[in-house]
Amino acid sequence: MTTTRPTSEPTRAGREGGELQETERMVSTGGPGRGPMGGGMVGQKAMTFGPSVRRLLGRLRPQRGRAVAVVVLAVASVGLTALGPRLLGEATDIIFDGFLAERPIDFDAVRDVLLLVLGVYVVASLLSWLQGYVLNDVVQGTVRRLRSDVEDKVHRLPLEYVDRQPRGELLSRVTNDIDNVSQTLQQTMSQLLTSLLTVVAVLSMMLWISPVLALIALVSVPISMWVTSRIMRHSQTQFVAQWRRTGQLNAHIEESISGHALVTVFGRRREVEEAFAEQNDALYDASWRAQLVSGLIMPVMMFVGNLNYVVIAVVGGLRVASGTLSLGEVQAFIQYTRQFTQPLTTIASMINLLQSGVASAERVFELLDAPEQTPDAVGAAAASLPPGGRGEVRFEHVSFSYDPAEPLIEDLSLVAAPGQTIAIVGPTGAGKTTLVNLVMRFYELDAGRITLDGVDIAALPRDELRGRTGMVLQDAWLFGGTLRDNIAYGRPGATEEEVLAAARATYVDRFVQSLPEGYDTVVDEDGGNLSAGERQLLTIARAFLADPALLILDEATSSVDTRTEVLVQRAMAALRSDRTSFVIAHRLSTIRDADLIVVMEDGRIVEQGTHAALLAAEGAYARLHRSGAGGAPVDGVGTAEAAVTGHENPVVPAGRPT
Amino acid sequence: MLLRLLRTHLAPYRRWLAIVVVLQLSATVAMLYLPSLNADIIDDGVAVGDTDTIWRLGGVMLAVSVVQIVCSVLATWFAARAAMAFGRDLRGAVFGQVMAFSGREVGTLGAPSLITRTTNDVQQVQMLAMMGSTMAVTVPIMMVGGIVMAMREDLGLSWLLAIVVPALFLCVGVVVSQMVPSFRLVQERIDEVNRVLREQVTGLRVVRAFVREPLERERFAVANDSLTEVSVRAGRWLATMFPLVMLVVNVSSVAVIWFGGLRVDSGETQVGALTAFLSYLMQILMSVMMGTFMLMQVPRSAVCADRIAEVLDTPSSVVPPARPVTAVSLRGHLDLEGVGFTFPGAAQPVLRDVSLQVRPGETVAIIGATGAGKSTLVNLVPRLIDATAGSVRVDGVDVRELDPDLLWSRVGFVPQRAFLFTGTVAQNLRHGRPEATDDELWQALEVAQARDFVEAVPEGLEAPITQGGSNVSGGQRQRLAIARAVLRRPEIYVFDDAFSALDQATDARLRAALAPQTRDAAVLVVAQRVSSIRDADRIVVLDDGAVVGTGTHEELLAANPTYQEIVASQHGVEEAA
Repeated sequence: MTTTRPTSEPTRAGREGGELQETERMVSTGGPGRGPMGGGMVGQKAMTFGPSVRRLLGRLRPQRGRAVAVVVLAVASVGLTALGPRLLGEATDIIFDGFLAERPIDFDAVRDVLLLVLGVYVVASLLSWLQGYVLNDVVQGTVRRLRSDVEDKVHRLPLEYVDRQPRGELLSRVTNDIDNVSQTLQQTMSQLLTSLLTVVAVLSMMLWISPVLALIALVSVPISMWVTSRIMRHSQTQFVAQWRRTGQLNAHIEESISGHALVTVFGRRREVEEAFAEQNDALYDASWRAQLVSGLIMPVMMFVGNLNYVVIAVVGGLRVASGTLSLGEVQAFIQYTRQFTQPLTTIASMINLLQSGVASAERVFELLDAPEQTPDAVGAAAASLPPGGRGEVRFEHVSFSYDPAEPLIEDLSLVAAPGQTIAIVGPTGAGKTTLVNLVMRFYELDAGRITLDGVDIAALPRDELRGRTGMVLQDAWLFGGTLRDNIAYGRPGATEEEVLAAARATYVDRFVQSLPEGYDTVVDEDGGNLSAGERQLLTIARAFLADPALLILDEATSSVDTRTEVLVQRAMAALRSDRTSFVIAHRLSTIRDADLIVVMEDGRIVEQGTHAALLAAEGAYARLHRSGAGGAPVDGVGTAEAAVTGHENPVVPAGRPT
Repeated sequence: MLLRLLRTHLAPYRRWLAIVVVLQLSATVAMLYLPSLNADIIDDGVAVGDTDTIWRLGGVMLAVSVVQIVCSVLATWFAARAAMAFGRDLRGAVFGQVMAFSGREVGTLGAPSLITRTTNDVQQVQMLAMMGSTMAVTVPIMMVGGIVMAMREDLGLSWLLAIVVPALFLCVGVVVSQMVPSFRLVQERIDEVNRVLREQVTGLRVVRAFVREPLERERFAVANDSLTEVSVRAGRWLATMFPLVMLVVNVSSVAVIWFGGLRVDSGETQVGALTAFLSYLMQILMSVMMGTFMLMQVPRSAVCADRIAEVLDTPSSVVPPARPVTAVSLRGHLDLEGVGFTFPGAAQPVLRDVSLQVRPGETVAIIGATGAGKSTLVNLVPRLIDATAGSVRVDGVDVRELDPDLLWSRVGFVPQRAFLFTGTVAQNLRHGRPEATDDELWQALEVAQARDFVEAVPEGLEAPITQGGSNVSGGQRQRLAIARAVLRRPEIYVFDDAFSALDQATDARLRAALAPQTRDAAVLVVAQRVSSIRDADRIVVLDDGAVVGTGTHEELLAANPTYQEIVASQHGVEEAA
């Protein structure tokens, strides 16, 4: 709780105790908001712009051949396109000469030149089309691989990594950031390439025609660069402000919508809307400033271009008047000036765009560079479970912690005989969930080992271990799909009858019948309008269908009412017989008949034994059982229901078996 | 949808947009004027050898450039304001609509989805408004202006435009008509890929526990491949666009020189005009390309606009009364009469013919299985949803006729999920009653058995609460939520399974402390635990949405099989029989 360890506790509670669902729900709703995550980075990360761009380009390597082809095609088509005005200028000169000399224009010569130009243009367009076509394939292929690399990575990330950061943050990386990268690549690659080449090509054409005029035109380059960098620096601070405001507003929206019912019943709608309006105004203020500053690039660059144009026209005109240049050359030159400033403008706005794309790429790369879980042993090194193993689980001097500074589980030993039901009880933060997660090898041990049927689980391929294990988590995760699909997730290929049987055995069938579309009801990601209890029943049905050798129930029925729970317990009892089960439950009533009750406190086992033995021992369990005398910040959930069984109640016959 | 949104929400900024149009018009005219000036320099200056004219016209060109940038910058200013104000208003409209929703609409559309629609989707549409307000004006002006100016330079060549411009439109039209559906498809597939990824991340533990990585990988691969497929298709059309447009324009520039040359030869036109004509042709091309850029943003925004419109078009199923009752004489009366509730289209009702009464000073408890309809029932009281049959009356007046503020001030509601807002303990409590003093806060905390742990924190009432209240335990959260309701001193208390995270002793102390507070109030309690409702004046047993028994604990225990079953279930499996 906040009272004791304000900084570390929320994280730990999030992993361990009843807060999990709540925390995750809150964070995950932050996922779709594109703003705060993507935008905020632009400012902070601009320092590593270069390396990230290089790395992004490096991802084109598998398609090196095609990438080279793109560059060659681009060079050829840009070169030819740049030649166009020069040749057209020649035609103009012929016309102008004839015009000036007041003799018939040599239209045969004009025709020859124009036919040549026509050919050049056709070929240039063709090459440019080919270039765009191949580049498109290259970019889409690269994006596709980037996505699949990220997805790949998600499955190799250790859970510690996933737990450690806010879920919305990770989600933002795998969705918004990749989108942004792919959009940026698609929009900028082609234009940047051709613009850069065009600048070079046009510049050389200009130098060819008139070095003096070319030098004048060149002056616009540093001016453009200076202007662009000034504007970009401003736009960056403005964009940071905009994204910060967006983040704040999104947080407010998120909270108001998540707490919708409360806002309504407390009649707070007006206040919430006022606060919203205030922040919305602040965002508006930041946004239009950001848009204004970044929107300045185009007009300002065009102005620089126009200045250039004016100077060229004047100087060029003077030079023709003085006879140093031909009119056709000036005309061509003016066209080149246009062709020169336009790509400069494009480059400036593309770099602006690229910045946000690169910031996203960096975040994606960070994810790709994250440490991975130790790979499974392969081949000869890989162990396998003995056939006919009955599910004996042994903890031998197990130690584990998320954070070395705060040991969580220390030197814990425990034996679960085949077929036994092991109940784990204890206050929030005692390490119950962690303990069962270790059996699934969701985390790697710091010391000691865990064996299943005598085999060290660290030597087993994870799939083999988990394939034998069924788990129902307190986090009732459903995916977007029908209820039927969600149940069948436990065992793909299960028949309709098997799914229905599992649903009936776990009392899912009852509430499904009241839904308009029955088993075809589509649940959305957050479970739609199913209650917490209904969602839990669904996940139990899923595990029921999976029919595993080793069963782990982590607060599986905490949101189910007691009567339904009794029914589910019966089904689960049938399921549990013959298989080793670990059960974490906050209602002590549901675990009284466990073969072994393990009481945990601060990552250690403080007691173990049967219900009767532990009660007789008058230790931690008996205290827990008598419950809540302390009241205060013990495990709010863990001890809550204990009282029911502890206190005498009129219906219960005296001397009931315990 | 997109057009409708733009039309309605841009309407207040008509004046700004008009200014943008005027400014853009000026900027574009200035831009269009430059080639014409250039033509004059060539024809009147260079060809004649008049350096003065060259200087003079150069000065004019400079002035025109300055006019152009001033207009452009001002236009950007107004456009940015209008577009961002549009975004602000639209966001406000969506948010306001969501806040007016009942629990039913929030449940159907889903909170995460509503959040996305209010934030991300609005942003996309706003971007289009921004692009639109700058380009939608510039592009047509540039296009038409280019054509007009070109014709002014040399009317004799304008027949060329009659071929070039339609040809350009034809090319762009064909490509865009192919591209737009593809881009729409791309947007849908991106959503699909993101959905799969989001599910994998949120369900990572389950995916690993059930060894479903191969299945998930396959799902993802399918989604990724189909996204790539449409992206490639859309991208290829896009790649076709520019070379095609370039070709049309370049070929026509060749044609201009050829036919223009013929006209120069016959003395019908001048060489400078020819150059200007070429420049205008380029500008027409530019405008077409810019227009294409905007068209590419349209499909993406259209998808978002549809989602926003869905929110705006969903009426709240709970509508405030037209002529609300603002004064009532009774206090602390709650009556449900023949209440039924059915989700639209559902085969079975969630509630059937439920009647109950609570009088001042009485406590009525509701107990029943998961899915029996308990939460639905209590949600009817503060009108989080409306009954589809029968009536719910507070102090003798149907809640649907009561003034909402009056209703909410009379009902203290503690929901199943104790939700706290970001802020401090005090701020959260004052949601109940903004004007409450610190002393009153402490009293409420004391009743809710929350005083000790709030006191234990150094910051006390000012202790921070993180988002969703994730930095306090479930039990503490519930007690703070109860304190919040107590602080309002309502006359009808509704507790929806609000004691579930409390241990027996705390629960008992809380109920004892609550008793004097609720002496004149009606109390409706939903509970799972028999022990916490044994002392209720009446217990209503709900099964499958219908009342199957009403009475005191003892009465029900003696005669009601469902209640007996519930009681037995709380004492372990073996006694259930």
